[in-house]
Amino acid sequence: MSERIGVYVCHCGTNIAGKVNIDEVVRFAEGLAGVELVRDYKFMCSDPGQAMIQKDIEGDLIDRVVVASCSPLMHENTFRKVCERCGVNPYLFTMANIREQCSWVHVDMGDSTAKAKALIAAAVSRTKFLEPLPKREVSINPRTLVIGGGIAGIQAALDLAEAGKEVVLVEREPSIGGHMAKFDKTFPTLDCSACILTPRMVQVGQHPNIKLMTYAELDEVNGYVGNFTVRVRNKARYVDPELCNGCGMCWEKCPGTRVPRKGNVHEKLSLGPTTSIYMPFMQAVPAVPVIDSGTCLYFQKGKCRVCESVCERTAIKYDMEDTFEEFEVGNIIIATGFRTFDPRVIKRYGYGALPNVMTSLDFEIMNCAAGSTSGAILMADGSEPKSIGIVHCVGSRDKHYNEHCSRVCCMYALKYAHLIKEKTNAEVFDFYIDMRCFGKGYEEFYDRLLGEDVRFVRGKVAEVSNVPVNVVEEGKLVISVEDTLVGVVRRVPVDMVVLCTGLESSVGLAEVATMCNVSVGKDGFIIEKHPKLGPVSTATDGVFIAGACQSPKDIPDTVAQASAASSAVLSMITRGMIEIESATAEINEKKCSGCRICNNLCPYLAITFDREKGVSVINEALCKGCGTCVAACPSNAIKAKHFANEQIFAEIEGLLSV
Amino acid sequence: MTFEPTIVGFLCNWCSYTGADLAGTSRVKYAANVRSIRVMCSGRVEPTFVIKALYEGADGVLIAGCHPGDCHYQEGNYKALRRYRLLRRVLPEYGIEPERVRLEWVAASEGERFAKVVDDFTDQIRRLGPLDIKESIAQSLIDDVVNHEEEATKDIGDVNEA
Repeated sequence: MSERIGVYVCHCGTNIAGKVNIDEVVRFAEGLAGVELVRDYKFMCSDPGQAMIQKDIEGDLIDRVVVASCSPLMHENTFRKVCERCGVNPYLFTMANIREQCSWVHVDMGDSTAKAKALIAAAVSRTKFLEPLPKREVSINPRTLVIGGGIAGIQAALDLAEAGKEVVLVEREPSIGGHMAKFDKTFPTLDCSACILTPRMVQVGQHPNIKLMTYAELDEVNGYVGNFTVRVRNKARYVDPELCNGCGMCWEKCPGTRVPRKGNVHEKLSLGPTTSIYMPFMQAVPAVPVIDSGTCLYFQKGKCRVCESVCERTAIKYDMEDTFEEFEVGNIIIATGFRTFDPRVIKRYGYGALPNVMTSLDFEIMNCAAGSTSGAILMADGSEPKSIGIVHCVGSRDKHYNEHCSRVCCMYALKYAHLIKEKTNAEVFDFYIDMRCFGKGYEEFYDRLLGEDVRFVRGKVAEVSNVPVNVVEEGKLVISVEDTLVGVVRRVPVDMVVLCTGLESSVGLAEVATMCNVSVGKDGFIIEKHPKLGPVSTATDGVFIAGACQSPKDIPDTVAQASAASSAVLSMITRGMIEIESATAEINEKKCSGCRICNNLCPYLAITFDREKGVSVINEALCKGCGTCVAACPSNAIKAKHFANEQIFAEIEGLLSV
Repeated sequence: MTFEPTIVGFLCNWCSYTGADLAGTSRVKYAANVRSIRVMCSGRVEPTFVIKALYEGADGVLIAGCHPGDCHYQEGNYKALRRYRLLRRVLPEYGIEPERVRLEWVAASEGERFAKVVDDFTDQIRRLGPLDIKESIAQSLIDDVVNHEEEATKDIGDVNEA
């Protein structure tokens, strides 16, 4: 073995040097076989640190490099690039993680130093057996898939389309718009949600670079960064979008009932027509209705067909079926948004059991000027409420349901308080734990509300009950709460209760995440590459995230993240090429016995069998280097490049040599 | 002086190694007895790695991978689980306590959990005591021959007979 390894030990300021005896480690490394020289420096990743390595390589002192510093997940690429610049193959480099998994986590300096020595011995040992590997590059398809047509998806799609790139936007509801289309006003400016959203929706619908697929769901994703093959299911609308002109005759005449037309005001809440053939709201994009086969008289009983008879464009097609469409994209942006927590599980709040207990989303829809009450705030029996209680943190900040804070509820609670004061003469009680007004103009909005005669009570609501204990409480909903600032338990009788339900990830996100090969955290949201420095990327190259699917957030942050994601995608598209992992697996024909055990193990179907030669073959383009086949081969015929048996054995020996 | 075990860990790049890094970033403190090797997937881990580690002086081996369903390469962790279960059944044949090898699922967001796993496992190995593998293997061979001499030396006849 004639390898000349240079070992560089980083102090990382005091991050490593504070818990690892650098001098001891340097002296130890000098004694290791194969090590030509050892240097140490305060910050190896800095320019002078990198220059140190460069100088030694260019001076022909070393031909392999070990850096003992932070995690390879942090700086492996940094140092690989240094090697490359100086003509050393980037795969002749190893990092020893003596920070994240050593100095930062152990208490005793003796222990940390001993472990650092072991990790460096392992790295040096492994480096002796490393082999140079060629760079692998793939091209990037300039088309992008955006999953989800809420404001996040819309923003991302428009950014990309305006940059001249093709986008396919897939939305599972009949119209794009997401939750924003259901809001009346947005905090803190109180501008009209539809007014700011609909122009964007129209732009998406008309943009030549955006292919809009609504009432469509993601079915399958295959491939890898730059080269994904996507299959989408177009659900049957039973209305031909090519023929329909959105005239509305069909829902005007439809006798079917999708949303109850009898019953109390709250049961009838709707933004669009309540008929079986309907548009979700009047500004839908595309302006094409869809038939709800579950309530349609034709689909259920074989009768009616009124819509077909009144449609001048013969656009009604009862025999439509779901169709599948396949296409290729280079990158994917997941923007699936959120769902609100269902408070039915919190029985003591009475949602679903007591009348006049609403969720925030119910209340938003009721407030919409285009909705069934024309924006009036009414009780279930249609009368005006004289008092309303707003309850914070329903299903959020709660160990029994969701531990996270949903970020937007305090602000929308203030918004509701304002709307109620604006539209009614009702008294407003706001029951909060904290007031989280973190954004631009948010604290000022809170301050404004303090002057609008809203009663703020600090306490988590214990119960909403309709059982009165005195005359005043009769016919009311009674909120029991501890007023913590004063130190008394209160019973507050109100006419209506609005529960500030928290945000959770959308229904079906877990399936989308699996299809796109990204992970979902304990809280149900997608795990980003790095919580601070990589909020829109994921561990899977080519798959990005934006908006509430990553974590609960308000509209400004959602739009910012969507633009961040589209910017990341544009960066890929502009580069045109991306480097992929060179550390793939390779079968040694001579050793392969043709047992085919490996064939079915590969999740990427990269292994086939050559019948002529009687051996298995790996398609390098598909191999991702996981090593599952390598471990299974009984003949040891498969080699995992850069993670070969001899390299790992050497690493084990090094680890245990101290 | 109390016995301090040396444990070799095989951590998968995408979940457990990242989780261990997170423990570091969060400055969670845990026992210094686990020395880790990064592999791309827990599915890469062969039983020979485990035996090699024990043979070279490790008192215990920890294999950590992604939670079922979350493997970055789809199913590698299931393969790791299968191999691990089989390995655990084979180890006693060599006089090695199966508890010396442990498989755990650690997600990328589970820094605290990684620390707890390390502390728990270190404690368990501490209680099991040091592994003298050559002694264990020798003892198991003797055990086979001496204690099961009849069984071990039985004439099984002509192996080529049907």
